[in-house]
Amino acid sequence: MHLFKKRPAVGLAATAMAAALALVACSGGASTNTTTAAPSTITQAAIDTAMKTKTNLTFWTWVPTIKDEVALFQAKYPAIHVDLVNVGQGAAHYQKLRTVIKAGTGGPDVVQVEFQYLPSFTQGGDLLNMAPYGAAGISGDYASWIWSQVSSGSAVYGIPQDVGPMGNLYRKDLMSAAGIKLPTTWDEFGQAARTYRAANPGKYLTNMPGNDAGQFMGLLWQAGVRPFGYDGKKTVTIKMDTPEVAKVIDFWNPLVRDNIIGVVPDFTDPWYQGLASGLYASWQGAAWGPSFLQGTAAKTSGLWSVAPLPQWDTQKPASGNWGGSTDAVLKSTKNPIAASQLALWINTQHEPALMFATKAFLFPASNTILKDPAFVDQKSAFYGGQQVNKDFAAISATVTPDFAWLPFMDYAYSSFNETLGKAFADRTDLATGLKAWQAALTTYATQQGFTVK
Amino acid sequence: MSQTAVARHRPRAAEMQTRRRGGLKRRQAIASYCLVAPFFLVFLTMLVLPLFYSGYLSLFREQLVGGTVFAGVGNYVRALQDHVFLGGVLRMARFLVIQVPIMLSLALVFALALDSGRLRMQRIIRLSIFVPYAVPGVIAALMWGYLYGPNFGPFAQGARAIGLPTPPFLGNEWMLGSIMNIVTWSFVGYNMIILYAALRSIPTELYEAARVDGAGEFRVAWSIKIPAIRPALLLTTIFSVIGTFQLFNEPNLLRILAPNVIGVGYTPNLYAYNLAFINQDINYAAAIAFLLGIVIMIVSYAVQFGVLRRERRS
Repeated sequence: MHLFKKRPAVGLAATAMAAALALVACSGGASTNTTTAAPSTITQAAIDTAMKTKTNLTFWTWVPTIKDEVALFQAKYPAIHVDLVNVGQGAAHYQKLRTVIKAGTGGPDVVQVEFQYLPSFTQGGDLLNMAPYGAAGISGDYASWIWSQVSSGSAVYGIPQDVGPMGNLYRKDLMSAAGIKLPTTWDEFGQAARTYRAANPGKYLTNMPGNDAGQFMGLLWQAGVRPFGYDGKKTVTIKMDTPEVAKVIDFWNPLVRDNIIGVVPDFTDPWYQGLASGLYASWQGAAWGPSFLQGTAAKTSGLWSVAPLPQWDTQKPASGNWGGSTDAVLKSTKNPIAASQLALWINTQHEPALMFATKAFLFPASNTILKDPAFVDQKSAFYGGQQVNKDFAAISATVTPDFAWLPFMDYAYSSFNETLGKAFADRTDLATGLKAWQAALTTYATQQGFTVK
Repeated sequence: MSQTAVARHRPRAAEMQTRRRGGLKRRQAIASYCLVAPFFLVFLTMLVLPLFYSGYLSLFREQLVGGTVFAGVGNYVRALQDHVFLGGVLRMARFLVIQVPIMLSLALVFALALDSGRLRMQRIIRLSIFVPYAVPGVIAALMWGYLYGPNFGPFAQGARAIGLPTPPFLGNEWMLGSIMNIVTWSFVGYNMIILYAALRSIPTELYEAARVDGAGEFRVAWSIKIPAIRPALLLTTIFSVIGTFQLFNEPNLLRILAPNVIGVGYTPNLYAYNLAFINQDINYAAAIAFLLGIVIMIVSYAVQFGVLRRERRS
């Protein structure tokens, strides 16, 4: 006390140090996961009791119209109150989620997680296994390529909500004006791109951005590439020096180098303006594409059509998937039964699941909805009245199974922008960019303690 | 008897007076501590504690597989060998050497012009030069991002109309210059106001003496005004140096428009942020942040001592 009186600065510093060390000591235990024995199956009686108990759930999601589906859930289970929070879209959402997981408090009960990010959360044991809570029985309603992404053995970590089978969205008017018929193979597509560019200097048949690894992954998926693997524990596979990858790279290399296709980053204002003004005549995008074109590019509504992606082998039509989300439950939730029932109910009950598909324009993951006439026969004004759901349902059936992700896709996508994506944007050799990307991923994986196969 | 009683009373009265004075002083002291306490509370919890926690974090290494281990100075050694971090620091040094002299010279010229009294509509000119500083940094970056746009930005459209190629503002070579432009535009007014205030406080007798000696306006500016505001110039220089190395806002926002030009480590501050939130490498990010702080301290001291030495010599 005597010292602090005479030299208050010293006293202040000492107090600060003590407080900091105390804070740090308290937080040191936050990283350990409390392991409680997982129940083998929850009885229906236990579920019924829980659904009649007054509960407050927090649900983090960015799907804009989800309050309608949640309202249906709350009408069915009036004792459960759901707090819907939108903490951002994409990267911002995951940053906040990882922060609350690390802090141990403040997290939601149910959370939207896209397919490619599920392994990064299961790796840390952050998600609740919903198999005992009723999720084990729904596997029959999903294609194997979807179910393999949300499950690991008998455990289920996410309820599939929507998927993004990739197709060729194209402007029929622009292509016929240039005298090009719809390409069905990638060779035809390459030639069509050159013809289109020659006929319309200043315009492009399509745009391949340098900032969207998701789109490029989808195209690799279609070509039969399986670049990533994760065994759920400590081993990852990073394999991109295969002939299938080289086939895809060698296709895009000359188009990028010779300025035959655009390389503007997607979902930016210049890109939207490009689509609105007819700068790009096609987009190898996913089924959820139109929802992004209702804004700036709204005046092109009615001029678009959908076809399957150009094929590598017309005998074996294939497609890839770009995006799509699931609803998962955090292990730290205090209401595992209610939370898992919320995730299950809005995605598997007929009425809310159909609402997602017909009103929110999310492409359904569930086979039941895919076959529902209300969905299949829907005519789309954006596509000039084409019954695109039928076409995308057919495409969805050709998505090849067994595509896996790394448990650190945040880093993978960001390093794509620095390496292969940069090669696209600068119009330099894509093969060099690909090698750099593989090297960066391998370095990061070893740094983080994984064994790389 | 009465004398001693009186004698006993007087010191007691004097004692009571000093006690009353001491009481007032103590009450004033307590009051001032109470008034400053909220600031110190926030300062401690929002600045000092996180600083210590950050320093503590930087001594560890956490892996996705394998948990947390004590790494000592391992993170700092890794940072000093990290070519992304060093590249970012060098980039900021280049930025500093080009942008700060240009911006401060402009601010000085504007301040001198305003102080000369020769301009009409002084208030309007002063306000319009200052307005960009009032524009929030995010809005400024978004606005300039549109202006720089290669397809629909006005410069691009103007160039195409004349038949010139589109200026690649967001391209690899010009990106740093484009960011320099945004920062200069934003902060010239702020620095100008500081220098102008310093100019206003120069005693006017010096000007009269100079005019008697036959000095013109430029000579007065060069020989009297600029030397007189040297402390203010030093202040703005130090602020600019610190601000340059902390550059984050503009590259972060332009990264959305040009994600392949602005990498994760374009500036050290951006690198620390991306390390924490994309790589989930919080410990390494803390080490980078501390190293950046040390770099800023070194450069600031170097600038200060350089100026002091020149002053001592002259």
